[in-house]
Amino acid sequence: MSERVLMCGNEALAEAAIIAGCDAYFGYPITPQNEVPAYMARRMPEEGRIFVQSESELAAISMVFGASATGKRAMTSSSSPGISLMQEGISYLAGAELPSVIVNVMRGGPGLGNIAPSQADYFQATRGGGHGDYRTIVLGPSSVQELADCMMLAFDLADLYLMPVMVLADGILGQMMEPVVLERKTSRELPPKDWALTGAKERDQHIVRSLWLKEGALEAHNNKLQARYDQIQRDEVLCEQYEVDDAEIVVVAYGVAARIVRGAVTRAREEGINVGWIRPVTLWPFPSKEINKAADEFRIFLTVEMSNGQMVEDVKLAVAGKAPVVFHGRPGGGVPTVDEILEVIKQLTLGAKTPI
Amino acid sequence: MKTIFERTPTLKDCTTHYCPGCGHGIAHRLVAEVIDELDIRDRTIGIAPVGCAVLAYDYLDVDMVEVAHGRPPAVATGMKRTNPDKIIFSYQGDGDLASIGAAEILHAGHRGEQITVVFINNAVYGMTGGQMAPTTMLDQVTATTPHGRHSVEQGYPLQVSELLATLPGTIYIERCSLHDPAHVRRSKKALMHAFELQVDAAEGMSLVEILSPCPTYWRMSPVKAMEWIENEMTKAFPLGRLKG
Repeated sequence: MSERVLMCGNEALAEAAIIAGCDAYFGYPITPQNEVPAYMARRMPEEGRIFVQSESELAAISMVFGASATGKRAMTSSSSPGISLMQEGISYLAGAELPSVIVNVMRGGPGLGNIAPSQADYFQATRGGGHGDYRTIVLGPSSVQELADCMMLAFDLADLYLMPVMVLADGILGQMMEPVVLERKTSRELPPKDWALTGAKERDQHIVRSLWLKEGALEAHNNKLQARYDQIQRDEVLCEQYEVDDAEIVVVAYGVAARIVRGAVTRAREEGINVGWIRPVTLWPFPSKEINKAADEFRIFLTVEMSNGQMVEDVKLAVAGKAPVVFHGRPGGGVPTVDEILEVIKQLTLGAKTPI
Repeated sequence: MKTIFERTPTLKDCTTHYCPGCGHGIAHRLVAEVIDELDIRDRTIGIAPVGCAVLAYDYLDVDMVEVAHGRPPAVATGMKRTNPDKIIFSYQGDGDLASIGAAEILHAGHRGEQITVVFINNAVYGMTGGQMAPTTMLDQVTATTPHGRHSVEQGYPLQVSELLATLPGTIYIERCSLHDPAHVRRSKKALMHAFELQVDAAEGMSLVEILSPCPTYWRMSPVKAMEWIENEMTKAFPLGRLKG
């Protein structure tokens, strides 16, 4: 059993990556994730592994691409504007079926935005983000412990499904300190990397590419990727539910917003309001089935996000018209308070908030 | 019967998609010969660019990857840092290396990455239909300089090799040409040296720029294209060893 230590989210995720066997880290400075490259610059060489500060996020994700193509475990981290730049490489990683882990410690946007915590990159993360017909697995942890655990899971999922996996954190999670136990909890059975570029020694040439020019070849390639995405949607959904059974109102939130929701729900319960919550841990694949099932009974679904409403679209798709879906959000680095969410819950019990 | 000349094993026995008179076929062959003569095929990884040579992996029988436009030096960095025992080379055109990938080549050189770069300069974008490249000559007519390249509007031909030669991280830079057999042989020697440096784990990046004909988008016969390299291109891009 590893010992319990106090660490900030950014450092915990970095150490977790090392424990997960990350061979190389490539990154470019951007707030609020600068503790990650600083930690990696010190720790990776100690472990005999690779740290490179790249000239840009375009280069960082391309370095990840290069290391991954040779079969190594590689990662990068950044924050929203930097992740936008990485979309080129993420699309290529998806097309070339290369495992990789990308951490987005989200900040406010659009544009340069600010450096406050935000959840405004949900659309970008869960819809692929770059060009072409692809998905990335997106994990949305809500504590430093879960952030660390998600890193280890991310490397395994990437190797298992041969695709980029994004860990979607935010400025609060990256910066705050919490007790954490850094240990590998589960380990998946992983396929051998018999596709890797290692030099054609006593075997035929290996080619890693995302270009499929022959008529029908790209369509077949897309269908192959889609079959994998279908399997992931069946097998890899993670979510947490709390007191949904008797709830008149179910609050859906992820990441740091879910922690605040938890406080509001506890207070509402104390005041006799039947409220529960559902917290998606995998944002893609989204826990649509779980939410749809919860909507079998008539309930109001309240989605709380640190944005002007992105995940709420997935909640609506999951609920599929069976129940009203209401949204409360704070964009641009705004963080909702427990009181604020409690007030929204109370209003819903009075029917004051119009379902959207 | 005695064989006096044959295909080198690393060059696949197939027809390429290149236009008649294109220089890529010669350059591919030279790279393949160097890999075979150094006996490094089983530990070499090549990087194909976006551009006419995007399908280089169909012609060169080594492990290869095809990557985003301009990013080969960054991809090479990721590969070489995690696999110092492998021989990593990128094969890039002028649009890839000198335009969209200017930052990546500059910083790979700046960091002194121990990689080998094969830089094919044909003064034009081939795959997309003959647009102006950073290396397009003054007055050269292209799809996007219909009245010729003018320095006031489009700047001068970019001498990337000279630029890279100023960096402490680069150890060997030479500009060669394919316009006649003597220069083809010189190109081979330069490529050999550039790969040998990596085999010997010399600390820094090596790059060979090769002036290469594009008869299709220069609107010339293959013979005229060779003459144009010798008489015109070498004025903006003088041949010779720039460093190392």
